[in-house]
Amino acid sequence: MQATSDEVLIARIAGGDRLAMQVLYARHHVRVYRFVLRLVRNDSAAEDLISEVFLDVWRQAASFEGRSAVTTWLLAIARFKALSTLRRRPEEELDDEMAGAIEDPSDDPGRTLEIKEKSEILRKCLTALSPEHREIIDLVYYHEKSVEEVAEIVGIPENTVKTRMFYARKKLAEQLKAAGIERGWP
Amino acid sequence: MMTSKNEANGHEDIEALLPWHAAGTLSQRDAARVERALKTDKELARRYDLVREELAETIHLNETLGAPSTRALDRLFKKIDAEAPRTRRVSLDLTARITTFIAGFSPRTLAFSAAAAALAIMLQAGVITGVLIKDRGTQGYETASQGPAQTAADGVFVRVRFNPQASAADINRFLETNKASIVGGPTESGLFRVKVAVTGLPKSEITRLVKQMQDDKTVGMLASE
Repeated sequence: MQATSDEVLIARIAGGDRLAMQVLYARHHVRVYRFVLRLVRNDSAAEDLISEVFLDVWRQAASFEGRSAVTTWLLAIARFKALSTLRRRPEEELDDEMAGAIEDPSDDPGRTLEIKEKSEILRKCLTALSPEHREIIDLVYYHEKSVEEVAEIVGIPENTVKTRMFYARKKLAEQLKAAGIERGWP
Repeated sequence: MMTSKNEANGHEDIEALLPWHAAGTLSQRDAARVERALKTDKELARRYDLVREELAETIHLNETLGAPSTRALDRLFKKIDAEAPRTRRVSLDLTARITTFIAGFSPRTLAFSAAAAALAIMLQAGVITGVLIKDRGTQGYETASQGPAQTAADGVFVRVRFNPQASAADINRFLETNKASIVGGPTESGLFRVKVAVTGLPKSEITRLVKQMQDDKTVGMLASE
């Protein structure tokens, strides 16, 4: 049996259907949460934000035009809210949290050498990328968004999407190199 | 931008697409281009392996981030409950209306559609020039012969049941061709109220316009108000 499409759920939500809201939430809240968490790097803030994101869906469902996938719309709302939160947070607080959350692999070569698994180093480097680069890599690799969809979510031209992705990957390669992994690219 | 070895091979633009190819989000055409290049360019193929490695670790990283607690859901529904009760809005997007309408088909509705199709045949045969339709929930239609207005002062209004096989693109084309827009519906029986943006047309022109819309394959049934 085919599941109700996201578009149908949105139409029902626009009519005030709470059950449709629950279904949509159950279907997408984890991915939206992870997308937001990677941006704000704070569990509690990310939880607050997904409530806000889905509340916006409840309020704006009637204005959803169906020109893009519902997940693209959700991530665009989530991104806007996450960035607004980041703008409101004091710079020091953000820096402290980031310092706590990220261990620069180049900071401690001895410790880096202890990490035998290349994949683990790669994940650490992915975490250490700038928010802009983390965002695009997550959207492309994890959220499976096309060039066009990323352009819509981030609000940049499609060519810029490709360029930004290239530089995100280049930065990742540089960090890997600093951590002792030479991939021969770029 | 990209100062890679394979730039000389003319694969610079292809290399930019590798992340999307690995994620499976390219169009068929672009995916085929990438596949062709990967078969002939060993360096590109090596870099594609790097992309796949990144993709796998990005997924792994995200999957270990966990999930929010139920606090987020509780908080959401508390806020929703605090909102004013909502009456059903008629300004839903066309595609959503159509998908909701089609998704909501039941045997009863389908049988009802057959009755409506018969009515449409009568209309197309010119037996009735116009039909006034009132949706009465489960009670069905009430029809009455009635010609269109002498002139269209504020546009022409019709009731339309779209063909269930019609796609949203078909319906959009129908609306654009006829300078029409959906202003209401769908009713429980799947009828939309459509306004055609014409003014000051004589009766003969309105009749021709209605006939033209009735003949459109997108339309299952159409009646002027």
